[in-house]
Amino acid sequence: MSGPRRDPDMIRPYVRTQGRIRAHDDVRLESVVIAATGPTDTLAPDARRVMRLFAGADGGLAVADIAAALELPPSTVRILVSALMDSGHLASPAPAAEDQPDFDLLQEVLRGLRSMV
Amino acid sequence: MDCAPWSDLPEPSVTYVPATVTRSAKIVVAGGFGVGKTTLIGSVSEVRPLRMEEPITQASAGVDDLRRAPHKTTTTVAMDFGRIHMAGGRIALYLFGLPGQSRFQPLWEDLAEGALGCLVLADTRDLDASHDALGLLDGADIPYAVAINAFAEAPVYPEEELREALALDADAPLTVCDARDRTSSLHALITLTEYLSEHRSAALMESRR
Repeated sequence: MSGPRRDPDMIRPYVRTQGRIRAHDDVRLESVVIAATGPTDTLAPDARRVMRLFAGADGGLAVADIAAALELPPSTVRILVSALMDSGHLASPAPAAEDQPDFDLLQEVLRGLRSMV
Repeated sequence: MDCAPWSDLPEPSVTYVPATVTRSAKIVVAGGFGVGKTTLIGSVSEVRPLRMEEPITQASAGVDDLRRAPHKTTTTVAMDFGRIHMAGGRIALYLFGLPGQSRFQPLWEDLAEGALGCLVLADTRDLDASHDALGLLDGADIPYAVAINAFAEAPVYPEEELREALALDADAPLTVCDARDRTSSLHALITLTEYLSEHRSAALMESRR
């Protein structure tokens, strides 16, 4: 049995997230990130666990996918991912595409759902 | 060993988002416990639905819960989600099941932010549970549609009565679905998305005026 100090939930959130205390506003549950470059040996354990998920990845993962895989609270993962984007370890799959207006996105989602029926 | 180092932990299995995906979107599926949120998500998702858990602190958990469980200082909120790829694999649409209880409001603000919209699932045997979810949505300013999950044993009411009982906005769609059925669940999501699209065009027209 581990003592209370060994309980990962007892680690203060800012320790887990390398000092970052807030997520970027645009890093949400559904935000997809891909691995970029950078040495991971200096990262804190949770950040390293995130990066290990991307080892041999043939695609990206959303914040929610990471939270589910690592059994971490999504609020913590949003901050971890924000920090890893700041440090260049993770990146958005296509930053330019973010300029697409939301209305077009809605139309594509509608078309996509209709095509599934 | 007290605590396994991270490198010894079993490798979690993940289903990657295809490399073609450049954009993601989110629809929230809200409703009370047992209303079929996870069932609906599972019936349309292209990957096995996953679960995340967010601990809620004592302060935000509300007094009701503490009275019922006086020794409990945190509550864990479980949220299931699934994913659909579309537009030739360029878009990943995530569907998140969020609990509709009003005491989860701070969590909602964080998690629902940026959602295209919300599908509120309702059970005619417990419309009160839907009231809570609708209240959260009004506060969060997220457009929504309501889908009655047609449980075999649940009573059927005329649409007008349901609208009145739920105090629905006149323009908010109300539909019926069977959350276990993929096509039926897709139709509920299409009803929502059609409404979101009209809602957005109306807002665009308004802003250009």
